[in-house]
Amino acid sequence: MADFERRFRLDVPSSTENLAMIRDFVGKIAKQAGLAESDVTMLELAVDEACANVIEHAYGADETKEVVVRVRLDNDCIEIQIVDTGKGFDPGSVEQSDLKKLVEERRSGGLGMRLMKLVMDEVEYQMKPGERNELRMIKRLKKP
Amino acid sequence: MANSFAIQAFDQGDITVLALDGFLDAHTAPEFEEAIQKEITAGRHRIIVNCEKLSYISSAGLGVFMSFIEEIREAGGDIKICSVIPKVRQVFDILGFQSLFEIVDDVPQAVARFESASQGG
Repeated sequence: MADFERRFRLDVPSSTENLAMIRDFVGKIAKQAGLAESDVTMLELAVDEACANVIEHAYGADETKEVVVRVRLDNDCIEIQIVDTGKGFDPGSVEQSDLKKLVEERRSGGLGMRLMKLVMDEVEYQMKPGERNELRMIKRLKKP
Repeated sequence: MANSFAIQAFDQGDITVLALDGFLDAHTAPEFEEAIQKEITAGRHRIIVNCEKLSYISSAGLGVFMSFIEEIREAGGDIKICSVIPKVRQVFDILGFQSLFEIVDDVPQAVARFESASQGG
């Protein structure tokens, strides 16, 4: 088991204005964990996508609500947990159309979730709409 | 912490160059959307997006490119993307953006692509 563990937490009002702060928070921890520059960027991107979804969809841009970002770092991985109390959604209902189809239909939906799944090793949702929705994402640290 | 983002538009004949600067995310994407809409409304459908100073892009920014491209191509124009830094290029590449958009090294090359397209009919 991991003999090293650090935990971090950021609570921010639900506003897209705070996405930069969220990226910065996660990016600094990822750098501290020794992730390569390109992996840091991808981790920031995954968290940005997840939080943007919460802010715009779960909370419908209600700035009185709060987005909670928790990061747990150990020897093996970075685990991100994003928690909201918004309306939630069915992750299985988000269509993963290919890019050409999206463009033909003049849509761009589902791209954020696709990016999260492409850049993280694990992406898992637990939804209790209006009570507690939780997204857990894991990025494994590469062994030297 | 502010999400710094700015767009500068330059006309080069019938081509518009939109130079993006800073962070393009869900907060700043509406500004980019507005800039492209403005060109379409003005009947200008040949657009080069210069990403030289673009430090970051998320799906909200990518979505702007995707939502306008059909309309622009139907009007005989195109969006060409140039001068993308590796960090941003990485995001384009993982989604397969190069299959939808022409991504070239710099503005002169993007202009040349538009010109060769005109000559080719």
